[in-house]
Amino acid sequence: MAIWNSFRTCILSVMLLACGPFLSGASEPPSAAAIAPPAAAAPPDDGQWTMPAKNYASTRFSDLTEINEGNVKNLQVAFTFSTGVNKGQEAAPLVVGNIMYIVTPFPNIVYALDLSRPGAPMKWKYEPNPEPAAQGVACCDVVNRGAAFADGRIFFNTLDGHTIALDANTGKPIWNTHIGNINIGETITMAPLVVKGKVLVGNSGGEMGVRGWVKALDAEDGHVVWTAYGTGPDKDVLIGPDFKPHYDMDKGKDLGVTTWPPEAWKIGGGNMWGWISYDPDLNLIFHGTGNPGPWNPDLRPGDNKWTSGIFARDPDTGAAKWFYQWSPHDLHDYDGINEQILLDMTWQGKPRKVLVRPERNGYLYILDRTTGEVLSATAYGPVNSSKGVDLKTGRLIANPDKRTGTGKVVRDICPTASGLKDWQPSAFSPKTGLLYIPHNNLCMDEEGVEVNYIAGTPYVGMNVRMIPGPGGNRGAFTAWDVAAAKPAWVLKENFPVWSGTVVTAGDVVFYGTMEGWFKAVSARTGDLLWQFKTSSGIIGQPITYRGPDGHQYVAILSGVGGWAGAIVSGDLDPRDATAALGFVNAMKDLKNATTAGGTLYVFRLP
Amino acid sequence: MRQALAMLLPLTLVLVACQREERDTRPQSALGSGEQPTPVTALEPGGQRPSASDNKAASFEANAFHLSEGKRLFGWFNCSGCHANGGGGMGPALMDEKWLYGSSIESIHATIRDGRPNGMPSFRQKIPDDQIWELAAFVRALSGNAPSSAAPQRNDDMMVHPSENRLPDAATLGKSP
Ligand code: HEC
Repeated sequence: MAIWNSFRTCILSVMLLACGPFLSGASEPPSAAAIAPPAAAAPPDDGQWTMPAKNYASTRFSDLTEINEGNVKNLQVAFTFSTGVNKGQEAAPLVVGNIMYIVTPFPNIVYALDLSRPGAPMKWKYEPNPEPAAQGVACCDVVNRGAAFADGRIFFNTLDGHTIALDANTGKPIWNTHIGNINIGETITMAPLVVKGKVLVGNSGGEMGVRGWVKALDAEDGHVVWTAYGTGPDKDVLIGPDFKPHYDMDKGKDLGVTTWPPEAWKIGGGNMWGWISYDPDLNLIFHGTGNPGPWNPDLRPGDNKWTSGIFARDPDTGAAKWFYQWSPHDLHDYDGINEQILLDMTWQGKPRKVLVRPERNGYLYILDRTTGEVLSATAYGPVNSSKGVDLKTGRLIANPDKRTGTGKVVRDICPTASGLKDWQPSAFSPKTGLLYIPHNNLCMDEEGVEVNYIAGTPYVGMNVRMIPGPGGNRGAFTAWDVAAAKPAWVLKENFPVWSGTVVTAGDVVFYGTMEGWFKAVSARTGDLLWQFKTSSGIIGQPITYRGPDGHQYVAILSGVGGWAGAIVSGDLDPRDATAALGFVNAMKDLKNATTAGGTLYVFRLP
Repeated sequence: MRQALAMLLPLTLVLVACQREERDTRPQSALGSGEQPTPVTALEPGGQRPSASDNKAASFEANAFHLSEGKRLFGWFNCSGCHANGGGGMGPALMDEKWLYGSSIESIHATIRDGRPNGMPSFRQKIPDDQIWELAAFVRALSGNAPSSAAPQRNDDMMVHPSENRLPDAATLGKSP
């Protein structure tokens, strides 16, 4: 007990109050007005929702105000729709004109619902019939994170590695490009982003020894315009004369080869299965890279470039402009693929174009997005796997006590492999200056083991078992004051908050819990204003839009799953602490709290 | 002489008492060659439930050596990557009482050799047939379907669940019906 207590205090001292007593809601953050997304990346709201992140700046902020702090308590169900697929529903619905589009998890059915008619009947559906075998090589449930709309077309990815363009009006396929190979363990789960007539897509498979890439497909006919790999020689990574990384650790020739044992980069991960942002003024896209493989770090000495980092690239050619590595020689599966919110703000008296990243390794980074320089990196929850970021060298300072390796059991590593925050995207309100971060609060024990590379099977080499983090609440919803670099308020949740979030000009924030509650809280204070219990746990991305009747609606897909909910969607056995790469151990009771599902809920005021 | 006999007696007793389990240390090397037809369904119109029995099964099923080899191979061939240590992940749990494709050692052998449609790879080209039998026997041990005298008794690694020889029969979880 005494040991546990001293361990707790030690953790608490590292965690920067994030789970401490609630801080009272700051009514008017002083410098909030100074922080806003660049106008070109976040145009005025037209009431539609055409990409999962709402806009290229990825703010997930809506200007709509009909639903606000005062009346949100009256929200009612407008209509529901069963997706017919009981797996983890991570997708954001899209709304374009009078039509809502949703993509299901495998088998990746796309539905178009006609919002102009009572009950929103189905206008069309498209079934791509992906290969069933793809289900076996998807690391963490068979999820899909949504579609994207541009120029009259819906673009989406299938688990078995196809990118497909549909006529948004009729649902007829226009092109279908096969870019992923399930026989080497490659799948696609991310939502594409369409930039300047190119559909940007990346692969999943960091747990299968798959070499990561991002491809740009021509939106017109689907041909591959460029491919940028996450490992390997500079020419494969599209590193050329334009490449100017800020830190010395990222400078040098062919680091994607030389920072690995011979040939290991070929099966080294660095996949891009998360979020991409785009700055039209700088003509740069920003995307992360996933964890290096295998997880056991002893099998890959070196910095393992270009994994667990972030690239800025020219969207036309893919050429890399800069790179920064969040977790060099990653020790704990800290993929670097989370969302990046593009903001303009005053930093130490000077206006800066920044990129805000709540990263899996537990730090909230503010980077100068023109250069990749780290302006600040602050832990936003309990972190003991590292001791901060050296702002001179840019390097994460790993904690040697938490270093994993072959044949060694290391206990109480925080955060877990799933990170302080995984893929679940946050939202930023320029009205409050707060970033709303749905996240986890978990720690883990890890043991490195030998592993053989067999193409198409997992390449992990780590036994993991996760446990609740300090305080016992496995999830949290943190409102982060970007200017002050500290939390404004924190809501504790029993289960990891694996859903995305949306914030509105009506000062309401929506998110879901894995028990199935869909919640509206005050954007200023975090006070719970309204909640509705859906049929299954929520891990989806809420959106809000103006319907054909001129009124504001809020939509969310309910249906538990994903890595955190795999125990339910995959019916896993909680008696094995390592099930679902160790996540099941922290989620033993989820089967008693919810069941699998797949239902769209849409709400409006009466 | 008498003395020598007296000394020999306990020795012979000991030797007789630990009758050695038979080990085939030179397993059949052919890759996934077993060609026995294993029904993939429990349905046959109007007929009996189809069943399979392979005469190889018995020599693997309750054999401690083969079970421990199966445990080693389960990690070696990355079964554990998809099924964890029986609790499941990318693939289903193997330590519970639910079987998609049958719980008999023959069915499990067929699953490993030929694969299954929703993502179980076929290991026919990777694993020698006898080792597939060893794996199949070990998979059964995960749900408590191997005699506890033969099932593996310890983990070399982090304790993730009780060792296989203490795992209850998943169908009853150790309770009498
Ligand atoms: C790439 C992931 C993957 C690997 C590697 C893998 N499996 Fe599987 N396994 C699956 C999936 C997915 C299923 C379910 C298939 C289905 O439903 O059609 C499955 C099914 C099974 C089943 C049938 C379970 C039932 O309920 O009938 C058994 C037994 C099994 N696997 C054993 C093994 C063994 C032994 C190995 C190692 C030689 C192995 N698996 C390797 C993914 C995998």
